[in-house]
Amino acid sequence: MSETVSFTIDGKRLTARAGQTILAAAEASGVYIPRLCHKDGLNPVGGCRVCTVRVNGRPASACTQPVSAGIVVDNDTDELRSWRRQIVEMLFVEGNHFCMFCEKSGNCELQALAYRLGITAPRYPYLWPKRDVDASHPDIILDRNRCILCGRCERTSRDLDGKSVFGFIERGIHKTLAVNAEARLGDTGLDLTDQAVNACPVGAILKKRTAYRTPVGQRQFDREPIGTGVETRASLTVRGGEPGGGKPVQGEAR
Amino acid sequence: MGENPVGRVVEEIAREHGRERWRLMDIARGVQQRLGCVNSRAVDAIASWLGVSRVEVEGFVTFYSFLSTEPKGRVVIRLCDDVIDRMAGYEEVRRGFETALGISLGQTTPDGVFTLERTACLGMCDQGPAALVNDVVVTNLSSDKARSIVRALRENPRPERLVQRFGSGNNAHPLVRSMVENNLRKAGPIVFSEQARGEAIRKAVAIRPAEVIRAVKTARLRGRGGAGFPTGMKWEFARGAEGSPKYVICNADEGEPGTFKDRVLLTEMPDRVFAGLTIAGYAVGASEGILYLRAEYAYLRRFLEHILDRRRADGLLGKDICGRAGFNFDIRIQMGAGAYVCGEETALINSCEGRRGEPRTRPPFPAQRGYLDCPTVVNNVETLACVTRILEAGPATFCEHGTPQSSGTKLLSISGDCGLPGVYEVGMGISVRGVLEMCGADEAMAVQVGGASGRMVGPASYNRTIDFDDLSTGGAIMVFGPDRSIPEIVSAFMDFFVDESCGVCTPCRVGTRLLKERIDRIRAGRGEPGDIEELVQLGETIKQTSRCGLGQSAANPVLFTIKGFRHVYDEMVSHDPHGYQRSFDLNESVREAERIAGRRSIHHREVRT
Amino acid sequence: MSKPRLATCSLAGCFGCHMSILDIDERMLELAEVIQFHKSPITDIKTFTERCRIGLVEGGCANEENVEVLRAFRRNCDILVSVGDCATMGGIPALRNFVEIEECLREAYVDGPSTHNPDGVIPRDIELPLLLDKVRPAHEVVHMDYSLPGCPPSADTIWAAVTALLSESPVNLPYPLVKYD
Repeated sequence: MSETVSFTIDGKRLTARAGQTILAAAEASGVYIPRLCHKDGLNPVGGCRVCTVRVNGRPASACTQPVSAGIVVDNDTDELRSWRRQIVEMLFVEGNHFCMFCEKSGNCELQALAYRLGITAPRYPYLWPKRDVDASHPDIILDRNRCILCGRCERTSRDLDGKSVFGFIERGIHKTLAVNAEARLGDTGLDLTDQAVNACPVGAILKKRTAYRTPVGQRQFDREPIGTGVETRASLTVRGGEPGGGKPVQGEAR
Repeated sequence: MGENPVGRVVEEIAREHGRERWRLMDIARGVQQRLGCVNSRAVDAIASWLGVSRVEVEGFVTFYSFLSTEPKGRVVIRLCDDVIDRMAGYEEVRRGFETALGISLGQTTPDGVFTLERTACLGMCDQGPAALVNDVVVTNLSSDKARSIVRALRENPRPERLVQRFGSGNNAHPLVRSMVENNLRKAGPIVFSEQARGEAIRKAVAIRPAEVIRAVKTARLRGRGGAGFPTGMKWEFARGAEGSPKYVICNADEGEPGTFKDRVLLTEMPDRVFAGLTIAGYAVGASEGILYLRAEYAYLRRFLEHILDRRRADGLLGKDICGRAGFNFDIRIQMGAGAYVCGEETALINSCEGRRGEPRTRPPFPAQRGYLDCPTVVNNVETLACVTRILEAGPATFCEHGTPQSSGTKLLSISGDCGLPGVYEVGMGISVRGVLEMCGADEAMAVQVGGASGRMVGPASYNRTIDFDDLSTGGAIMVFGPDRSIPEIVSAFMDFFVDESCGVCTPCRVGTRLLKERIDRIRAGRGEPGDIEELVQLGETIKQTSRCGLGQSAANPVLFTIKGFRHVYDEMVSHDPHGYQRSFDLNESVREAERIAGRRSIHHREVRT
Repeated sequence: MSKPRLATCSLAGCFGCHMSILDIDERMLELAEVIQFHKSPITDIKTFTERCRIGLVEGGCANEENVEVLRAFRRNCDILVSVGDCATMGGIPALRNFVEIEECLREAYVDGPSTHNPDGVIPRDIELPLLLDKVRPAHEVVHMDYSLPGCPPSADTIWAAVTALLSESPVNLPYPLVKYD
């Protein structure tokens, strides 16, 4: 039997298994901590920094930081929301995100976080990097314009599919998603059934010929804010859990 | 694999290093040296030799600035463009090289002989402008010198022929033969004191490892790289950690712009550094030590290998060191390949393992799981030199210097607008004013303490002290005279961080780029008052949310200068009376279209209301 | 007291956002009760003759004329609102930001598959505004006060924003009204 520890998050007392990350422990108790680069089942890297919380006052990424007994975690504060908003805005200007023709729109986690955080336009200038689209694979398309460098595909392919189809080249602002072939995705061993195909939070990796099965406007984040699932699931199971989701988003004046 | 020449070269080099994944750095460096690049075929060959994916090898090669997948010239000239070299005439030197070579920065001559590039701080700020010609350092450059260097290289492409006069001390050693000067202005009583080779190790192995750790703790030694973590405690963690073997690593990736004291230390006191690493190994129970040497200091490598050989011959490395049965320890040199972030200890460990120099997630800490997942200690060069002295002379002697909280001495690397740039060993607790007097800087408008990631202080703060309680620093002191422009300096620092960010986390990868953009707006006279607030807000967010120390300090140049020199910024910004964005330059925006149309924009004729 | 005036323009856009404005349907009558349309493609008023409370800007800036119009809006409107994705992020026209201007012009006027231009001349008439190096969102050219993303933003979104602005209450848009697609 694993040891349990208790801690607080935004003043609410929660329990966690020893060694569990803050993000996982919070989620299990119905507290949603926004995140992009982390996905259940993957080793966390703390790359996107969207899940930054304060632990006993010090900033830390909730996806990597283990819970220890008695820690006081701040999650949903003005300051943290502001940091997260800025990070999401950075990602929007770093890449080329044209939601109006992106097949992922409405199911995109980046977009959904921007909705949840009430972003109407990024405050930073767009960088308009020149990036390419790789449509060489018969079933899968790779659009680097939309890549946010979260590494979910890389880790999924390596750790869950056992393939290492994806990797990163260059560094800093020039860091780029690369594939395990001289140039093209079509020359890698990526299969439609690989879990890596579904790992992308944005529209960088998409299955061909599936784009509009669900019409725009009726997709997941058209219906509910990201994180609603975590919050409502818990409100049904956890006593005293606050019903989440459906809260109006502040369209921020800029 | 042996069928194509690239495959043969790779196999030859790889055989020297074995079939271990963690030797990727040595293999890639070897291939780069032989072929002038690690091209696609070489990437494939290395990947299949090591049994890793090709994208992993490609990711590795493209991470480091001294490795490349594209062919480079046989002679690669890398100009140091840090802020001090810029002040010393980098631009003229660059133009000198460009003119002489007939190419621009970043290009290779059509005959494939020369490549001209920029590079981050070479650790030669006291003798800049400097450049690397392959592994050879050339200093005190001017545009004339640039031309004569090119002329000489055209006649004889062996860069070592460029060195006609050797620098001081061991720079003239037959295995160094470099023009680099030590400029050791003040040798203090600890690091640069007279050394008694072997004494510290003999004293260390005569007592138990726990007692060695106690001695270091009694001396209250704290890390000299800048962070100031208590060294004894770090060792204790690693000693107590489960897992074996254990490793100790000396961090000689001296990349902080403006820092060059480790270079002098390695040149003049390598035995003291290696002794410290050996003692660290004894204390934590390691049998292998690694000196991670930055690529920029490759010219010291043969010399350092020689020192290691001599130590082996003298029984200071190897089996049963100094007669202590069972204490077996050796040191290997791991070269870097051009990445500032590898000075961060977990990135350094990744680099030693042949991975991209990306900092790791903590926990686990290196003392628990570091190099090859084993307990590992990483110490700065200077820290290890202090260790040796502590064992030699005793903790009490060490504590005679410095302050109660910051014992011992500190090496300062002083450069910029001062009469006597160079390395100084001073007691901890010296005031900034004391430093300025010492180095002959009577007109300093500002002092950057701690390099690009440090902080800028102005005259009102010159009574502040250099120690762990006040201005904690790895020892870089850059002096700026009254004619220097602060936004210019900040912009140079931001160039550095943009180039050196590893790219894993968003705030550092993107945020530094955005800070740079906004600073340049202000520099160009297109800033608005709101830009200053935006800089502060963005800077704070980068500082608070970045994943490692690089990102957490990348905004310091912006934040500290706005805090201390706000008036400079205020004077450079203004409101637009109409609410236009001052950052938008219509003339600039239509320039290309004007060229294509062969006429000027109509807006030039309109009178704005 | 005279009614507050509202101006609209379409810069580098497709007029889809104006369609969305018209999509407020019968609420247009309500709107007409409380505001007066000034310079707008709807009224065909070409120049500002009076100061406006609100300016709705569709489209980003692709050429010098867009810049002139947007600047005129900034000078003549108290509150400027970016309406739609082109104004907020450049939108579809910004896809040309990845192509050199000369290549764009050649493709449009010389090399395009449906182009007949035997002389191979790129038009340079003074009536044709020169292109900017990049298509920019409105807020990178002048200070904007609000942004309504969407391609187009829904009529409900526009209605909610405009009515809030007219009643001088904060523009708090509920979740379903802020969409980027």
